[in-house]
Amino acid sequence: MKICVTATAGSLDAVVDPRFGRCQYFVIVDSETMEFEALKNPSISAPGGAGVQAAQAIANKGIDVLITGSIGPNAFRILSAAGIKVVTGASGSVANAIEQYNKGELQATTGPTEPAYAGMGRGGGMGRGRGRGMGSRR
Amino acid sequence: MKIAIASGKGGTGKTTVAVNFALSIENVQLFDCDVEEPNCHLFLGFNLEKVEDINILTPVVDKTKCDFCGNCSEFCQFNAIAVLPDDVLVFPALCHGCGGCVMVCPKDAIVYENRSIGIIEKSKGGNIEFYRGVLNIGEAMASPVIKALKKHVDESKTAIFDAPPGTACPVISSVQGADYCILVTESTPFGFHDLLLALDVLRKLEIPFGIIINRCDIGDDRVEKYCDTERIPVLMKIPHDRKIARLYSEGIPFVNRIPEWKVKFVQLLNKIQAQI
Repeated sequence: MKICVTATAGSLDAVVDPRFGRCQYFVIVDSETMEFEALKNPSISAPGGAGVQAAQAIANKGIDVLITGSIGPNAFRILSAAGIKVVTGASGSVANAIEQYNKGELQATTGPTEPAYAGMGRGGGMGRGRGRGMGSRR
Repeated sequence: MKIAIASGKGGTGKTTVAVNFALSIENVQLFDCDVEEPNCHLFLGFNLEKVEDINILTPVVDKTKCDFCGNCSEFCQFNAIAVLPDDVLVFPALCHGCGGCVMVCPKDAIVYENRSIGIIEKSKGGNIEFYRGVLNIGEAMASPVIKALKKHVDESKTAIFDAPPGTACPVISSVQGADYCILVTESTPFGFHDLLLALDVLRKLEIPFGIIINRCDIGDDRVEKYCDTERIPVLMKIPHDRKIARLYSEGIPFVNRIPEWKVKFVQLLNKIQAQI
């Protein structure tokens, strides 16, 4: 089975990146042999639609399962359409995450776990630099 | 003459200035360009009527014609179309309506459909002509609504644009085309920091500007010192006054209760006219 894990670097001992659309790397692992391929996320600095771009990038890789921290609605829609099972809530290293999944400790999610634009951080593409007197909001 | 009221930081008093200014001068139009959270009407109490729907174009893919080549998705800078080996998904909220996907599609599989993203409203009666844009909840594209709103400008009148905060696209859409821009700020570290960002925008757009310092007796003198060095006119200072604050909290424009401020706002218009 081919499992893709979002990671902060391109190796099996890299820490799981909790974000999907703006993670650093996708580490694609064969769960039987633990052979892997590391793919740099093309959409880290996309002005918008990072989740869409990232989901598209891995949808063509023949992956069965995606393991990540959380996932937004747009990316989830694409991954579902591509028949990829999405597993959230992973932590630790990529190898740990695969082990947890194999042991059945991580569950597939049936819907997005985050609202759109959640991973954009400060000053994101559509951000408008609000900071109203009574506290900021988006 | 078109005058935009903007600020880098939110909550500095743009709407306070815009509303009180509009109520103090003659032959005026007021536009609430903060279409994500319009609030001028809270201080005006006018009845509003819908003038028009604002639509943008969104691609619709005919999957029977599409061969999933991916040209559209590759072209789209906003990632509004995703192409999978045997499926195409469109994300209308991300689409800017540029039409590029239609042009690059070799199979003519994409057509455009109108999608409503907001409305323009106008005051019925009232002593000033008031317009506002309202962006539908969940939509991200404020600029098309702002641009449509500003088409209602009557060149024979003084038009005041109450802009959203920040320096992003909706702010640029609001201040673009203005003959002058008032930046409202407060002399606090955040106020000053965001003022500098807003100044950069106006310098690039080559719009003449001046500053109003609101709550001028809080914070320090960093804004005034900066304006002094850069020769930026400080047009007005509004004190951190309990009476003004109370009227604001009750939704009452302070010029309606403190008439001497009306005179100051008339003088403000004269200062701007002298500067441009």
